Amino acid sequence: MALVSVANLTRIFDVSKPWLNRLIERRKKAYLTAVSDVSFEIEEKTVYSLVGESGSGKSTIGKMLVGLQRPTSGSVKIRDVDLARETDAAKIDAVRADIQMIFQDPFASLNPRWRVRDIIVEPVAARGGETKGLAEKLLEQVGLSARDAGKFPHEFSGGQRQRICIARALASEPRLIVCDEPTSALDVSVQAQVLNLMSDLKDDLGLTYLFISHDLTVVQHISDRVGVLYLGRLVEEAAPDELFDDPKHPYTQMLLEAAPKLGEFGRDVPPPKGEIPDPINPPTGCAYHPRCPLAADICKAERPQMRELREAKVACHMAK
Amino acid sequence: MTQSVLSIRDLTVEIPTRHGILRPVDGVSYDIAPGEILGVVGESGAGKSMAGNAVIGLLSPPARIAKGEIHVNGKRIDHLKGDAMRRLRGKEIGMVFQDPLTSLNPLLRIGDQLTETILAHLDVSRSEAEKRAVAALDEVGIPGAAERITSYPHEFSGGMRQRVVIALALCAEPSLIIADEPTTALDVSVQAQIIALLKSLCKERGTAVMLITHDMGVIAEAADRVAVMYAGKLAELGSVRDVLTTPRHPYTDGLMGSTPLASRGKKRLHQIPGAMPRLDNLPDGCAFHPRCPFAQDTCRADPAPKLSDGNGAACWFPLSHAEAVA
Repeated sequence: MALVSVANLTRIFDVSKPWLNRLIERRKKAYLTAVSDVSFEIEEKTVYSLVGESGSGKSTIGKMLVGLQRPTSGSVKIRDVDLARETDAAKIDAVRADIQMIFQDPFASLNPRWRVRDIIVEPVAARGGETKGLAEKLLEQVGLSARDAGKFPHEFSGGQRQRICIARALASEPRLIVCDEPTSALDVSVQAQVLNLMSDLKDDLGLTYLFISHDLTVVQHISDRVGVLYLGRLVEEAAPDELFDDPKHPYTQMLLEAAPKLGEFGRDVPPPKGEIPDPINPPTGCAYHPRCPLAADICKAERPQMRELREAKVACHMAK
Repeated sequence: MTQSVLSIRDLTVEIPTRHGILRPVDGVSYDIAPGEILGVVGESGAGKSMAGNAVIGLLSPPARIAKGEIHVNGKRIDHLKGDAMRRLRGKEIGMVFQDPLTSLNPLLRIGDQLTETILAHLDVSRSEAEKRAVAALDEVGIPGAAERITSYPHEFSGGMRQRVVIALALCAEPSLIIADEPTTALDVSVQAQIIALLKSLCKERGTAVMLITHDMGVIAEAADRVAVMYAGKLAELGSVRDVLTTPRHPYTDGLMGSTPLASRGKKRLHQIPGAMPRLDNLPDGCAFHPRCPFAQDTCRADPAPKLSDGNGAACWFPLSHAEAVA
């Protein structure tokens, strides 16, 4: 059975103006659909990546997975427990301990006034666990030195801070780590160090990652399965090789085409047209149809369902 | 050979601090020809932005140009002050910054910002300036330019805003544009649009572009030549194809190896051990030697050799390509 199963997950934010403004300016309530009917499963000990541009809802899904936000509808089940609906506190508690998160900005996610030791053991200390020597052990595991435990976050570089974040995430011995753009703030050479560390830890400790990123090359490097998001909707899901060699959804094709490539000097391709539409007033039917070269009448009228196509799943009427 | 638009010779920027003098840019020399895009890459703290700011005269004190010369269209500009520099900035050198939201005035309509720049630098009437502002917006691909001219910056999306910034940089028809991480804050598809725009404008008008970025992919697609910086010094300079496919400096080689690539599959990424040294704690000899797999005694003792006239690697033992790791 899959470790995580996400079914028909939807999250709608109320972005209306205050009631008085609505009254005076005669505006209606406004709703932003950040995530719309997304379903996927993550197998134990694999890396599932969500990739998409800004506003595609990838971070919102990550937050709902760890319970930082509640779904508007649909469910997230981790080990068959739905965190938002389960009423048995003991069950919730057991599952919560299995999930940890790594954030994008290692400068904003460490308390500057705490020593590294206290930061790292916090997830264990908060549950009353034994923390003696834990920080030192974890620091060495992530490639820092045990002596660093007494230092403050400002004494470390960006890459080292991200290692501290990883050590903290590992402290409660989780099974699932949600990584929200863990390397976007890092330089390439440091990114390589952190990515290598993450895949080593995964193999050693049997971890499962949900890896959220906008960087296609990083995603291809680390994932076992990739989901492509557009405007809160999952448009394609496949293994990385399949996705990158034979993208089926026109959006995935556009994304791959647009990504800068190292080997192609002075490449001159017509750049993609248009931008992500306003999520408050998404287009009818398929969200991608205003930018899509294949769009037909059915695309404007009807939202495509996920369907199997060769080795992948794709939500497109026209994909062949 | 045509005269180069920008010519930097032995540029050194110093910041005096309590702990001694730091050199974020140290003895850097390069030229950019008309219509050429020079990519400047390096990791954070390598001094790439500092070099750009030195050219346009935006170093914030106490940072100052300590040595070297900067020539734009044959005119020496590194010693210009106040008014003289202000006339040059915008007129001969345009600048595009990373974050389009902070480089536009949120309280002014974009049309006013454009006409203000045009009137400040070109001798034209107000109505002519307004006409040019619309033309400039049109040129950078903003649909309905004549109507959008009365919009405020917040009414544009990120990609459109960056187009406005480019229009602003181009409207006084400068011969050099310094683009400092112009696409870092943008999505991939929008990044592709902006890069294509920069490239076409540069080719059409013969504008020289200094493209500062940390993204090797962007460099590969956009630049003609590339300068790799490490700890304030030029590590390698040459045509994009040469530098990226057959890097001769071990640092460039390591950088290329640590970039995830489709063709490499899931193989472990090559790692450059350690991190870039802090400027107040530079090692003796070549600044890269503590991280270099090929370091020898010479590297530890003597500073790396200077680049010989605009090409090659600043390295005692440049890679010959049989031994490259990547």
